[in-house]
Amino acid sequence: MTYKLTYKPFGERSVLIEWPAVIDEHTLSDIIIFKEKIKNNDIKGVIELRSAYNSLLVVYDIVFKSLENSIDTLKQLYIQRSDDVKFTQKQWKIPVCYDATFAIDLEQMSLEKDLSKTSIITLHSKTVYTVYFIGFLPGFMYLGGLNEKLHMSRKATPRLKIEKGAVAIGGKQTGVYPSHSPGGWNIIGNSPIAFFNPNNNVPCFVNAGDKIIFKPISLKEYKDIKTLVDAGVYQLESEVLDG
Amino acid sequence: MVKVLKTGLYSTIQDLGRHGYQEYGVPYSGAMDIYSASMANVLLGNDANSATIEITMTGPTLEFNCETSICISGADLSPRLNESQIRLNKPISVKSGDIVSFGKLVSGFRSYLSVLGGFKTEKVMNSYSMYPGITKYAMLFKNMTLIIDTSLDGLDKNHAGIKVKNTHFTNKTMDVFKGPEFDKLSKKQQDLLFSQPFTISKDNNRMAYQLTESLENNLEPIITSSVLPGTIQLTPSGKLIILMRDCQTTGGYPRVLQLKESSINSLAQKITGDSIRFDLK
Repeated sequence: MTYKLTYKPFGERSVLIEWPAVIDEHTLSDIIIFKEKIKNNDIKGVIELRSAYNSLLVVYDIVFKSLENSIDTLKQLYIQRSDDVKFTQKQWKIPVCYDATFAIDLEQMSLEKDLSKTSIITLHSKTVYTVYFIGFLPGFMYLGGLNEKLHMSRKATPRLKIEKGAVAIGGKQTGVYPSHSPGGWNIIGNSPIAFFNPNNNVPCFVNAGDKIIFKPISLKEYKDIKTLVDAGVYQLESEVLDG
Repeated sequence: MVKVLKTGLYSTIQDLGRHGYQEYGVPYSGAMDIYSASMANVLLGNDANSATIEITMTGPTLEFNCETSICISGADLSPRLNESQIRLNKPISVKSGDIVSFGKLVSGFRSYLSVLGGFKTEKVMNSYSMYPGITKYAMLFKNMTLIIDTSLDGLDKNHAGIKVKNTHFTNKTMDVFKGPEFDKLSKKQQDLLFSQPFTISKDNNRMAYQLTESLENNLEPIITSSVLPGTIQLTPSGKLIILMRDCQTTGGYPRVLQLKESSINSLAQKITGDSIRFDLK
């Protein structure tokens, strides 16, 4: 299906393409397909493509007097057939330690939600999450799919420092802090995996459209994996999904 | 090699930014005032993208341990070579043992010091621009040594230097375009954006400039979407926030206006308490 899109000039050298204001996987795959089409067509001057929940930002390397021509080109491209557009989706198994050492808000959450800590961990780790895009911090994944029973409002006073790798819940969202950061989300675990490595050619292994599963691990396993990750030799489990 | 004897208030290495990594959540960074940073570079014969020192309000003291040329553009912080005042926007030869220091802030807010060939600090993702978590160091520190290329020949020593546009520093009018959510504002809100002056609050840094005046606001937050340097967001409390070079890649506040590139550069030279106006292009 095709959506009714809006195209707006955003500054002197960007076009913002917007889908209807809905967060769902159909919209996500339509955005990714359009993004791939733009990449494959090698449109002159395009230097950057940034997708979010319901938008795609196309950044050009030149300042335009008018972006109208660029918008026309994009519109034409959107309505072209897209059966042959292929993109690889992967599913990643992310180890998470829900031990009390890291899960500093799990107790409070258990009381507030009237769920045992074990149930919270089970609910959190049995879901397959969808990566919508990366933003906020380098390597921070916007994930969709958190079980409603685990929705929990952000803390009234944000913490000044949240540990790198913290797995947390904020409102209807869950995510992993890829670096130390201030933040108001409720912390229920920690992952030893590095989600952002500035020294790699491609700094994130995850892409928009990928899937994530959190796999509970013990404190001992956490330490073992962390050692391997720090040495740069840990092999993360993943599988390619049929697109 | 250049040794940092004193850092100044907040000095960082900046080129024209880190491009092509925004889909991974990486900020652009880069010189706040690209016009002045490029000026400092091209006057030395450097590529405009060469790494400079971005100096904020008070300058560092630098000891040169080799022969090279420098050029300072942007804010006038009364630069000195040893005991003599030096001119802005003019290539200056320095010898081993020379000391470059700064004095009183005369105009503007950010100054750029370029060196022949650019500073060769840590380069990450195709950029020298410092940013916490991306580069090892987020700012210059006392006794830090900055590597420079000493194999390059200096320029014609009698280069005259040039006059820069004074309006770049004195202009109070910021050229803007409509932001993606501009049309969601009421007519009254739209008019208020252009009919009154706004003041730069003390909350201003490389990430964003918050303005003092509030606008009555009943807009809903938006679904998180892309933002750019120069994007002006309207927060639920009615405050306007102008995003700058180190801003995040995405945001959830309505994006009501977008600064023209040249106005981002001008704004980078403004200081707490300065008054600005928006002019719709």
